[in-house]
Amino acid sequence: MTFEPPILSVKSLSVALPPGADRPYAIHDISLDLRPAEILCIVGESGSGKSILSSTLMGALPRGLAIQSGGLKLHDQALGDIDLTAQSERAWRDIRGRRIAMIPQEPMAALNPSAKVGRQIEEVFAIHGRLAPQRRQRGARRAEAIRLIQEMHLPDPERIAASYPHQLSGGQCQRICIAMALALNPDVLIADEPTTALDVTSQAQVLKLICELRDVHRQAVLFITHDLGVVADIADRIAVMEKGRLVEIGSAQDILKRPAQAYTQALIAAVPSFEPKPRPPAPNVKPGHCLEVEGLSKTYGRTRALKPANLTVERATTLAVVGESGSGKSTLARLLVRLIEPSAGSALVNGHDLARLRGAALQHARRRIQMIFQDPFGSLNPRRSVGATIARAAELAGCTRQEAQNRAKTLLQRVGLSAAAYGRRPAAFSGGQRQRVGIARALAMRPDVLIADESVSALDVSVQAQVLNLLRELQLELGLTIVFITHDLRVAAQISDRVAVMRSGEIVELADTASVILHPQHPYTRALIGAAPGRGAI
Amino acid sequence: MKHLRRPTVLIGAGLVGVWVLVALFAPFLAPFDPLKSLTPLASPGAPAPGGGTFWLGTDLLGRDILSRLIYGARPVVALSTLATLTAYTVGVSAGLLAGYYGRWIDTGLSFLANVILSFPVLVLYIVVIVALGPSPINVVIAVTFASAPAVFRIVRTIAADLKQRDFIAAAVIQGESAWRILFIEILPNATGPLTVDFCLRLGYTTIIIGALGFLGLGLPPPAPDWGGMVNEGRALAFAFPHLVIFPCLAISSLVLGLSLLADGLNEARDAQARGS
Repeated sequence: MTFEPPILSVKSLSVALPPGADRPYAIHDISLDLRPAEILCIVGESGSGKSILSSTLMGALPRGLAIQSGGLKLHDQALGDIDLTAQSERAWRDIRGRRIAMIPQEPMAALNPSAKVGRQIEEVFAIHGRLAPQRRQRGARRAEAIRLIQEMHLPDPERIAASYPHQLSGGQCQRICIAMALALNPDVLIADEPTTALDVTSQAQVLKLICELRDVHRQAVLFITHDLGVVADIADRIAVMEKGRLVEIGSAQDILKRPAQAYTQALIAAVPSFEPKPRPPAPNVKPGHCLEVEGLSKTYGRTRALKPANLTVERATTLAVVGESGSGKSTLARLLVRLIEPSAGSALVNGHDLARLRGAALQHARRRIQMIFQDPFGSLNPRRSVGATIARAAELAGCTRQEAQNRAKTLLQRVGLSAAAYGRRPAAFSGGQRQRVGIARALAMRPDVLIADESVSALDVSVQAQVLNLLRELQLELGLTIVFITHDLRVAAQISDRVAVMRSGEIVELADTASVILHPQHPYTRALIGAAPGRGAI
Repeated sequence: MKHLRRPTVLIGAGLVGVWVLVALFAPFLAPFDPLKSLTPLASPGAPAPGGGTFWLGTDLLGRDILSRLIYGARPVVALSTLATLTAYTVGVSAGLLAGYYGRWIDTGLSFLANVILSFPVLVLYIVVIVALGPSPINVVIAVTFASAPAVFRIVRTIAADLKQRDFIAAAVIQGESAWRILFIEILPNATGPLTVDFCLRLGYTTIIIGALGFLGLGLPPPAPDWGGMVNEGRALAFAFPHLVIFPCLAISSLVLGLSLLADGLNEARDAQARGS
């Protein structure tokens, strides 16, 4: 396989950033080859330039960016080499789809919501029909679309073809997008984070499908991802990128087991392992339940978002709530802080039933249970300095203005930001830093319980590890009780004492972390663990 | 701030600024008493009997047009600002309530706004003024009544969008009071589009006040009023165009200034959002 000539070669490619950006090049001096029947994974954290690389390969660089130097060649047995850097926009339209096709990151956003998916696949033939060897007729196009859907292992292709995107799941939509990418039998398939928006079980299916494309159709795939677990599952070769440069490239075995560069080693070390860690209990904490939930439920009309849930959390321990999208885990989180009204049941925080309080009593009791949000960009008021945001929380908890400002400054330092950050607005911070501000804001109220709703899923692994360590330190220091909502079993294994697994609004399994991960009882838990990418490899 | 240094903003702010200064310092700038009859229907540039020049001529009753324009700037600038501010106070408060609380508050207020907006605006003004009688206060009431629903719609949409953001959820969880969430958390995030709309709406209000004056529903005579001046000169406009042209130029320059300012602010906002 290694002796086959490459189908796509990139030679010291550089794309310059406009002046005033934080670095001179979006990507600098990148060289790599892609061969037939190979999956090459490009790994990197946000800002590493991996998405710019993929847009360069598609001839779709954002306005203001252009190839500075270097070569980009597509090898064709009949026509010889095609120099991609010298193609006109017109010529690119023939190359895209026919020679290089792309699988998008957000399948739902990539499909037209007002057209049936079968029609959307047929459209690919219609658009390029002018170039096809024989004119494809409507019926032939239709048959071809159905055949592609079938190849994607989607059940009942006729029904799927007649469905609108909103009638399909995320994983099904992604498989439709893959079918569209494959429609014209391209030489190269570029997949830019194709499974990031999917649940683990659909992710496992899509990854399996992509491997099959390589094995059966000898498809060359350039797979861009930030997830080393996924990489471990599918990569033949791996290229690691950092700040626009190629750190190293090599076979999957070499990179994962014997990384040569310090950056790669750090990246691999930051991936949370599946082995549950021993967790010594927090010192100086009086034992007992800090959070007691009984029969808590939420129904919207006839939809039961959360079936009556019972759980207790010991003081100064962490409960991880794990589930896929739609499992009701976020509903549970929002019920616990009473952002939404429960339909029935109670949630006691240190003996106070938050679910039953009203008015001023509720506003007062609220500070006992605080929340850290998922989206570090939406969770801070963009018009207010982060210091003022944190100080306001302290003021609401009963501090005078002066005390509040001092507490805010102390907390900023405690979460690893400088006190100088006080006067800056959220736009001046990175995602990880904003998440720290969010933690500081929650802590400013001196809560007993902290609810973290997917609080690290938007962060890069290295930043994620820092935030998780910070939470653990704070827990030991302050005796915090934490409920950690996550879709990522690896994270759950690392940071929790107990795990609750949720599906369709129901807690299906609740036990010690070690026993859930190592000896799962419920079939769904077993499926979830089986679908987690990169198990055993990292 | 560098985004504000663009020609549209500068010219717009310049035009508006000149009229505001004229209104403020009218007694010092006006060469004659705006109400005093001197020489009827003098042409622009004609010498005044007691010395001085009628730069823009005089009207049918012999009053100096330049002085009347200068004094006429006062009610226009003061009334349009006051009326637009009142419309904003009503529209913003109602919009925040409807957008944030939703449910029946939203249904009720939106219904009311739609009912008012379904009338032709000018007819609405005439109905209000005729019912209440022409006076500065009633002009403010009429403008508020007709403009507040449009402001309401803008604010309602922004508030309904912002309330979904997590920073609002964070404020709720912290036990923040409802009025602080509305006015301290949400409103400052709406100032961008509202500033632009405010300038545009000031322009509309200026036109409307001119139109009301023209229809005889503005300030009671003989107070100098731009729209009223156009109306008085209407019959003689062909023989003595200066009676009509100068008040019209006054109205359009102020409206043009406000429109340019709104356009410029909008462009500046876009440029800032693009981060260039």
